[in-house]
Amino acid sequence: MTAVELAGITKRFPGVVANHDIHLTVRKGTVHALVGENGAGKSTLMKILYGMQKPDEGTIAIDGEQVAFSSPADAIARGIGMVHQHFMLADNLTVLENVVLGSEKLYGIGGRARRKILEISERYGLDVRPDVLVENLGVAARQRVEILKVLYRGARTLILDEPTAVLVPQEVDALFANLRELKSEGLSVIFISHKLGEVLSVADEITVIRRGTTVGTAVPAETTPRQLAELMVGSELPTPETSESTVTDRPVLTVKDLRLVADGGKALLDDISFTIHAGEVLGLAGVEGNGQTELVEALIGLRHADSGTITLAEDEITAWPTRRRREQGVGYIPEDRHRHGLLLEAPLWENRILGHVTEEPSTRGKRHFWLDPKAAQADTRRIVEEYDVRTPGIDVTAASLSGGNQQKLIVGREMSHKPRFLIAAHPTRGVDVGAQAQIWDQIREARREGLAVLLISADLDELIGLSDTLRVIYNGRLVADADPATITPEELGSAMTGAASGHLEHEEAPADALAKTPADAPATTADAPEDEAR
Amino acid sequence: MKKFDKERVLLAVAGPVIALVVAVALTSVVLIASGKNPVEPYLLMFEQATYSDIQVLIINQAGMYYLAALAVAIGFRMNLFNIGVDGQYQLAAMAAAIVGTHVAMPAVLQIPLLVLTAVLTGAFWSGIAGVLKVTRGVSEVVATIMLNAIASSVIAYLWLPSVFGVKVGNNNTTGEMAKSGWVPGIDMGPAGEIYGFTLVAILLGIGYWVVLNRTRFGFDLRASGASETAAAASGVDPKRMVLTAMLVSGGMAGLAGLPILLGASHTYSATFPTTLGFTGITIALLGRNNPVGIAFAALLIAWLDKASPELEFAPVPYDKEIAVIMQGLIVLAVVVSYEAVRTWGLRRQQRRVGAELAAGHVLGASSDNNTEKEVAGR
Repeated sequence: MTAVELAGITKRFPGVVANHDIHLTVRKGTVHALVGENGAGKSTLMKILYGMQKPDEGTIAIDGEQVAFSSPADAIARGIGMVHQHFMLADNLTVLENVVLGSEKLYGIGGRARRKILEISERYGLDVRPDVLVENLGVAARQRVEILKVLYRGARTLILDEPTAVLVPQEVDALFANLRELKSEGLSVIFISHKLGEVLSVADEITVIRRGTTVGTAVPAETTPRQLAELMVGSELPTPETSESTVTDRPVLTVKDLRLVADGGKALLDDISFTIHAGEVLGLAGVEGNGQTELVEALIGLRHADSGTITLAEDEITAWPTRRRREQGVGYIPEDRHRHGLLLEAPLWENRILGHVTEEPSTRGKRHFWLDPKAAQADTRRIVEEYDVRTPGIDVTAASLSGGNQQKLIVGREMSHKPRFLIAAHPTRGVDVGAQAQIWDQIREARREGLAVLLISADLDELIGLSDTLRVIYNGRLVADADPATITPEELGSAMTGAASGHLEHEEAPADALAKTPADAPATTADAPEDEAR
Repeated sequence: MKKFDKERVLLAVAGPVIALVVAVALTSVVLIASGKNPVEPYLLMFEQATYSDIQVLIINQAGMYYLAALAVAIGFRMNLFNIGVDGQYQLAAMAAAIVGTHVAMPAVLQIPLLVLTAVLTGAFWSGIAGVLKVTRGVSEVVATIMLNAIASSVIAYLWLPSVFGVKVGNNNTTGEMAKSGWVPGIDMGPAGEIYGFTLVAILLGIGYWVVLNRTRFGFDLRASGASETAAAASGVDPKRMVLTAMLVSGGMAGLAGLPILLGASHTYSATFPTTLGFTGITIALLGRNNPVGIAFAALLIAWLDKASPELEFAPVPYDKEIAVIMQGLIVLAVVVSYEAVRTWGLRRQQRRVGAELAAGHVLGASSDNNTEKEVAGR
């Protein structure tokens, strides 16, 4: 029995085809994973299924019956529910109030609604208490409220958009247990993710989407993470291997006892110390949200450390403002290029100036007072050529380029100023494979010339392949280090969950830590669902 | 890439033109609804614009509007809404008038002193809002509105005879300024005089363009307006930029009243022009924060102001409030049409770039064409 069938879905946006000829079949009582890189078109597809956008072509069938949604209300009426990545709950209302909000007609707002909520909570093991204020709930509990909200409205098919992005590993396990409850009751779940380990552990079937189209399906039991990754990126994965070591003993960046405290007094970064030498790439591994963003902001000067020092070569730069750091040779490839790297509605050549307005060729004259558009434009043309930025010209806005080309422009811009120290946060995120290899080459080449790089990436192969030294960040602390020459992604993954610390040795990786790594999990889940379903 | 340039000009002009057409059409609807001729008032007003004395009035009014609108535009360019231009210029004009009455130096010193007084007073008044925003996060919109009200009270206080006020009949004034502070006008014969300070307005318009488009400071300011986060990451100190922009905007606002003060009234009295600051917002919007656009917008609004009174004396009289209605409709139409044109333009460009890339170098298509479905793990 199929719960949902999408056939030949095509959706065009200005300049891009977001979805092209998508086919997706979700059987009843299964967890169906939809995987693909950032920007592959997963979200667009789900918005179509949830009635937020209309497809230009193709059909949607629910329980074998063809439907056309013009709003989420239509989708909800047909039993489709969506749990968004960013929760949509009112903090100052109770769980009960949040759940009934907008669906008061279903079971009222009083005792009947409370009984219904408790019944659903009981049935799927969601452990939701109706009278707690949402602001007092943790992230995982909020997510369960969102799931309950959807079930309360009668959903038979749940769409979960990157549900694990905000969860810690134990919470992920609990969520997966909930999902198994759901499917044992005959409900279907569409699970969107790009974390392959998780997908393999929870899904019954996998559909891979790449560049807006479905490129294949896979059965978890017969698939390795690497095969899945190759399907996702569309070719043999290029391996980002660095040939010979270029590490020198000349320290370029030294961080000592760095500490950063959030407004509430919680330490976001604590006791961070490391040194990056000329010609060295230091890879920082960690699950997103463990302090990487804060560390980068402290290094570029967007946040100032509460204690500790940052030294660039001989100069202590702890108190320097961002501009001075950039002038003195700190390059910055930001994690979120739209927020921190580009002026989207400005032409490319103005984006060439951004971040380097006090340097040539952006400005000239005494104290770089005057802008030099001609020189900036000429240099933008050079970057466009050298870094293969695909654009019809340098006067188009940055917003009209694809993500990969925007990234190439940023990399080109930062490299053009011969940085001594480069912060590369997810330098190849959302970038196509060709551009990825190119960006790796650029980093490698600059490293040969003595550049020191802090590399942050969610792609463990990239981290291991490109780094000379590896550190693991967990909960704002550097908990482990490893040698990229011998470590495997699985071992690194276990340290990222906090299960291992200290110096990670390839052979001595503790067995219990390994069992928790995502890649190993499928073995345990193959039989687990049946047990828990009974 | 000339094509894209031409397109940008087209987009820049499309917004105001659409807005004006819509505003005129809607005003005509109002006229029809009240049983009047929907075309004749425009013809009458156009006729007014051909008289040289009205032209002088229009230019004088436009000069002041231009300065007020530039002040607003500086804020707009970095996403700050300085509604307080109104209070800033009035207070600044009064301060200059008081200084001009009580200090008498040679003109070469007196005029710069008066200008400086006005600039500093305006900057001080807007700076309060700037400091509040930077240190306490107070919205500059709220702060500047409040400061407008406070400015009115301060002016009323300064007008007291026991402070700086001089009663002339029923009128509150600050006394007549020393002659050395008067700026001579450009004599147009029987048509009247164009205020000399209008030339300063033109120079400031050029300066505004140069600073914004050709200096580092201007780039930082525009970057802050386009994306606060990206500007901060590029090395702009956001707080300092907010404060600087507020001060510059207020300083510019301080000049808005000077053409008439130094050129004709020579005192700050109860008949001094009011609401220049609010009209300045309309003009900055209509002129798209562009110095040439603002100049046209200032002339347009000044024309509506100065040509409409004659409507009441036409053979078939019309209410001069038609011009006021039209100004209001322009503001509404401008906001809507600009946003529409902006998104349309952005989409159009994205589509173009997509099309050009597809036609030109086919991006990596060779490696990407193998879209046959594969099944992993088999």
